[in-house]
Amino acid sequence: MVLPMPLFRALVFLLAAGPLILLIANIATGTLGPDPGQEVTEALGLAAFQLLIVTLAMSPLARLTSWSGWIRVRRMLGLFAFFYAGLHLLAFLQFILGWSDLWATFTKRPYIVLGSLSFLLLLPLAMTSTRAMMQRLGKRWKPLHRLIYPAVLLAWLHFLWQSRSDITEMLIYGLVIGLLLVLRGRWFGWRSLIPLQAPPFR
Amino acid sequence: MLIKKRPSWALSYSDITPESVYLDRRRFMGGMVAAGLAGAGVPRIADAAALPIQGESLSFTAMPSFSTDEEKTPYEDVTRYNNFYEFGTGKDDPARYADEMSVDPWSVTVEGECNRPGNYALEDLVKPHDYQERIYRLRCVEAWSMVIPWIGIPLADMLQRFEPNSRAKYVYFETLYDPDQMRAQRSLFSTIDWPYREGLRMDEAMNELSFMAVGLYGKTLPKQNGAPLRLVLPWKYGFKSIKSIVKIRFQEERPRTTWEMIAPQEYGFYANVNPEVDHPRWSQKRERRLPSGLLSTNWIETRKFNGYGDQVAHLYKGMDLAKYY
Repeated sequence: MVLPMPLFRALVFLLAAGPLILLIANIATGTLGPDPGQEVTEALGLAAFQLLIVTLAMSPLARLTSWSGWIRVRRMLGLFAFFYAGLHLLAFLQFILGWSDLWATFTKRPYIVLGSLSFLLLLPLAMTSTRAMMQRLGKRWKPLHRLIYPAVLLAWLHFLWQSRSDITEMLIYGLVIGLLLVLRGRWFGWRSLIPLQAPPFR
Repeated sequence: MLIKKRPSWALSYSDITPESVYLDRRRFMGGMVAAGLAGAGVPRIADAAALPIQGESLSFTAMPSFSTDEEKTPYEDVTRYNNFYEFGTGKDDPARYADEMSVDPWSVTVEGECNRPGNYALEDLVKPHDYQERIYRLRCVEAWSMVIPWIGIPLADMLQRFEPNSRAKYVYFETLYDPDQMRAQRSLFSTIDWPYREGLRMDEAMNELSFMAVGLYGKTLPKQNGAPLRLVLPWKYGFKSIKSIVKIRFQEERPRTTWEMIAPQEYGFYANVNPEVDHPRWSQKRERRLPSGLLSTNWIETRKFNGYGDQVAHLYKGMDLAKYY
């Protein structure tokens, strides 16, 4: 690959920060419309979901292109996804709930429960994303980080549950996620899709 | 609160800020933002300035006894932020794509249990009536709300001309179905069984609040707001106020409505605004009155029947509104 790693890294950083930059620009220019809290919440949630999928695409891309650069930006992408998911949750609490009705919202509303579970699964991944934690966890690190598979599926259900009259968009996302998981299963073995289990012998 | 003879929700018409004044204010603020950004060198994402009011001017009589004095939602928000799923599910899709719909000429088929069925040209439908302006609250089932000055005709006045007979227990309405003009109707994975359908019990349709709108802000309806003819039912969630109507049918049996067909556990036939009955996915106790802001969300408490209980609560006497939502 011609692109030097630091440049590639900076480019990926800018792209991943894109949704946030765009949001800030739109807030500054007042172009979010009359219900900006709703817009911000939706934009952050979508950014988190899309970045989760992009993160998932890195190791298949590395294999397809025989270039390990993709793997080296994977952590950054995953952390961006977590960052957007956290902001999305905060925006939801602030703009949509107004910090009221918390108990009912997080116990009674299934799509909220799904989204929250997805975020909770990402939490340990973000916390163990450092090199030090990788070394400390050793062989247990990889099975732990396979939690991204249920996390992305939960996030997809969280969106699907809310698409009310037209599921075209969510079907496309579902196809992409499905493809990424199937590629992984065929290349690395179906067992490698199961999170938390003991590593198979190598 | 001042005590007036008018109903509790009405206001003095002269209290309302003339639209030219706040449009100027918004234009001014938009200009300030633009100037500030130009200095900072940040590209503007879109034009935030106010729109001039589009459409043909209508003559009408203001109806203060049917109007709220709450601050009106600015024209550009009313016309650029709404739901009209025939053009897409995004709030800005209607404003973007409704131009693909042609509303001239327009006719409405009237059928079913009445003495004067037929295919009526729009002009013949509206000509015998004088237009009124009513400033109504509009509460969306998604927990946001607006205040909109509609121009139109009492629904009862129009329906009575078709002479519904004694078997007419319900009235059914249909939106235009034309995938060539309405792009979302072309979608393969839409769960809506087009056309969009709505319905009312006869006594609801004949209630003094039920309104057939042909305009807003003094001019003919923008296409994205349901041109050329749409219902406005201010005590019900917004989706009951069906847009771009092409069919009216009087019938004995209760019609099935579009949202009821898609998700009966979430949307009922009545769809009366009711803070005591949650939507399965969110609370209906409060609403964001638009325009709202990021720094402070413009929350207001949702009122039963959207504050129009004096006019409509009697229609539902004895009914369990948690069951008939």
